[in-house]
Amino acid sequence: MSIKTEPFILNMGPQHPSTHGVFRMRVTLDGEVVVDVEPVIGYLHRGIEKLAEGRTYTQNIPFTDRLDYLASMTNNFAYVLAVEKLAGIGVPERAEYLRIIMAEMMRISSHLMAVGFFLNDLGAMMTPVLYMWREREKLLDLFEMVCGQRLTYNYMRIGGVSHDIPEEFLPALKRFVAEMPKFIDEYDQLLAENEIVLTRTKGVGVLPEDLAINTAASGPVLRASGVKWDIRRADPYSIYDRFDFDIPVGSVGDCYDRYWVRIQEMRQSVRILEQAVAQLPEGEVCAKVFQLLRPPVGEVYGHIEAPKGELGFYLVSDNSIAPYRFHIRPPTLINLTALKEMVIGWKVADLVITFGSIDVCLGEIDR
Amino acid sequence: MTVALNGEEVAKKITEVFPDSVAAANKVTVVVTSKSLYQVAEFLKNTSGLDFDYLNNLTAVDYIDYFEVIYHLTSLKHNHSLILKTRCYERDRPIVPSVVKIWRTADFQEREVYDLMGITFEGHHNLKRLLLWEGFVGHPLRRDYL
Amino acid sequence: MTLLEQFQLWLATIWPEWAAYITPAIVGIVVVLAFVLLTVIVFIWYERRLLGRFQIRLGPNRLGPEGIFQPIATALKVLLKEDIVPAKGDKLVHWLAPVVVFVPILLIFAVVPFDKGAIFSDLNVGIVYVVAISSVSAVGIYMAGWASNNKYALIAALRTIAQMVSYELPVVLSIIGVVLMVGSLSMSQIVESQNIPFIILQPLGFVIFFLGTVAEMNRCPFDLLEADSEIVAGYHIEYSGMKFAMFYLGEYGHALAYSCIIATLFLGGWQGPLLPPIIWFLIKIVAVFSVIVWMRSTLPRLRVDQLMAFAWKCLLPMAVINLFIVAAEALWLPEALPWIMVVVNFAFASILTLLWSRLFALGGGRVEV
Repeated sequence: MSIKTEPFILNMGPQHPSTHGVFRMRVTLDGEVVVDVEPVIGYLHRGIEKLAEGRTYTQNIPFTDRLDYLASMTNNFAYVLAVEKLAGIGVPERAEYLRIIMAEMMRISSHLMAVGFFLNDLGAMMTPVLYMWREREKLLDLFEMVCGQRLTYNYMRIGGVSHDIPEEFLPALKRFVAEMPKFIDEYDQLLAENEIVLTRTKGVGVLPEDLAINTAASGPVLRASGVKWDIRRADPYSIYDRFDFDIPVGSVGDCYDRYWVRIQEMRQSVRILEQAVAQLPEGEVCAKVFQLLRPPVGEVYGHIEAPKGELGFYLVSDNSIAPYRFHIRPPTLINLTALKEMVIGWKVADLVITFGSIDVCLGEIDR
Repeated sequence: MTVALNGEEVAKKITEVFPDSVAAANKVTVVVTSKSLYQVAEFLKNTSGLDFDYLNNLTAVDYIDYFEVIYHLTSLKHNHSLILKTRCYERDRPIVPSVVKIWRTADFQEREVYDLMGITFEGHHNLKRLLLWEGFVGHPLRRDYL
Repeated sequence: MTLLEQFQLWLATIWPEWAAYITPAIVGIVVVLAFVLLTVIVFIWYERRLLGRFQIRLGPNRLGPEGIFQPIATALKVLLKEDIVPAKGDKLVHWLAPVVVFVPILLIFAVVPFDKGAIFSDLNVGIVYVVAISSVSAVGIYMAGWASNNKYALIAALRTIAQMVSYELPVVLSIIGVVLMVGSLSMSQIVESQNIPFIILQPLGFVIFFLGTVAEMNRCPFDLLEADSEIVAGYHIEYSGMKFAMFYLGEYGHALAYSCIIATLFLGGWQGPLLPPIIWFLIKIVAVFSVIVWMRSTLPRLRVDQLMAFAWKCLLPMAVINLFIVAAEALWLPEALPWIMVVVNFAFASILTLLWSRLFALGGGRVEV
């Protein structure tokens, strides 16, 4: 006997515990099976691109903090790199190192949150998140030491960083770098061999390699699908060509691979941090840049490997003090393009974890 | 290191196949007419030696006289990049062919450009506002929007 | 003869018969109810503190010594909240559902032996009564899901039915193993016959029963009907105020009830050396509850098809095999040699668990739509 069932539409979000912000998915369900999903975004749209056209290049740096607020200094980094490329400004050596140190610390911090909340979406009742938070707290303390803030740092400047690190920063960072691998092992032990985690994540939400490239997925999502593409390697910016690190690559492109790639990337970030701390030179931390910067007429697309993927800034200058056009390429919005293909045919629970494994940040998607 | 291809050389290759399609070209960019955009994009993606399989970024700029739609292309295979542009001069109803069928990633980005800049992408399967709500009047990123 | 029956006999000598008949019942109800509500409140506090320990934080510790009054504050807060009924919900069913969930859980305690003779009613079909009555709360959960007129709640309700039906079978089959060895369905008989706790005699039966009951009380990793990361809060998403408190109490009451049943069936109930029986009983239920909290804080949740597969592919065949083994042993093994049984059953338990973990994958993959 066949039972006649009818698909129904479920609005997941904007208020939902596992949409990581004000994200809405219009899900069509056949029982528990996802038939169709359509992301609806814009609940956090603040019009940063428009606002930026009315402010000077320096005034725009704090806006970038509010994009991906879990990795805000990386956004600063991407923006100032783009402006420096546009205006042709050099950066002192020490500032380059400080920027790399901050960017890699942000990557660890962002991945900790990503992995923790991914496991929370799996239903692990906050425990992994709180363990990840333990380490993230230490990172936040370090950031606080540097710039007095814990979430939106506004630390990078055009031509360098706002000020030098305090003297107690480096010993604390060294301590962190020394003990972090042990903690990463601890997460791996707690989770990677957990039978339920494996059955829930292996083979679920697969993003095939060709689709990943076609939808221009980036960051861990792209690498989990087996594409060895990391902008730090492929198109080295700042001084990334001086460091020795590996690019972890997944094989299948399922949720487990994305989780695994993030864990491995944390290890690599620790390696970069070790090298950067050892090589850190003395000297100036900021070049002399005129506050009301007027870059020459032109345009630039600067992109970096942010924790969540390729973060790009497209700037057009008309030789005035404000950018003529300020466009952000948000990695997570573009990573979401293939969400439908990844979840169709899976259950609601898989939809949640697949979405969690993409690791989105709504501040960035909606801008 | 990603190599930025010389726009003039790529433009030459394009004109060999599609004459009259290139409107302008310089060291870094190729500007094509919006009519031939789709064919050129297909050509850039499928020609061996170019293989632009990765569309990094799609956006548009309002230069008052015309709109410029910018495609930042990269080839993961050869690790080179190119900036492709097209212009549309009709301010009331700018139309550009959609490249969603070539690069799926254009889906959300074209919707965003449509939403904020008001450029219609012909051939897009689901051209709705992305960030703003339906029923919003105007396109905020245009220079004349107040 | 239970204590209440003795009390009734004594009363009959001084009071009229009808009063002697009613009074012990009322006394019993009050005592059991007081015990349950008090223990539930302590359990809520205990779970929060324990979760805090597991999650490297403190847990509630402000109100009273070690935060012991926190559950009372929570209860007061919940009581003062506005009672909201969905406009298009089924009002009567919505009102009735928490009661239907909560009352059967209280009824379970009628047959829990707290001490020798300290049982409200020593039914000769005690364990059957437990199985029967505990299934009723599934109906309440379904009613809540249906009456809320909410899609999340409805999904949760349908999950509940599937889950309850699936997990009832292995649970019952593993109970039969116990009953075969005791030769009686009465709860106090089951306790008294456990000179060696049945957890040692029937490890596999214990594991199956434990997992099955964890699934029935909807605790992690089987908490699919609450699943706050998927369907928000499941069946009680549209509940607030006192009705929500009933569900909340029901959840912990359920945990307490099943801790009692597990302690009775497999851990030797109130039996134990040195300490008074009631203390032993409390130690055992706290131990069981701690394991449940431990699982909750560590394990992620199963998916719905994996949950079903786990019940039908793993627990049920293993429960049947376990039943046959126990039946054969009860039939042919001499009573004087229980230790042989221990060895044999442990061997079987480990072999079967290993076999099943290797041979069977949980759940299907992608469905073509």
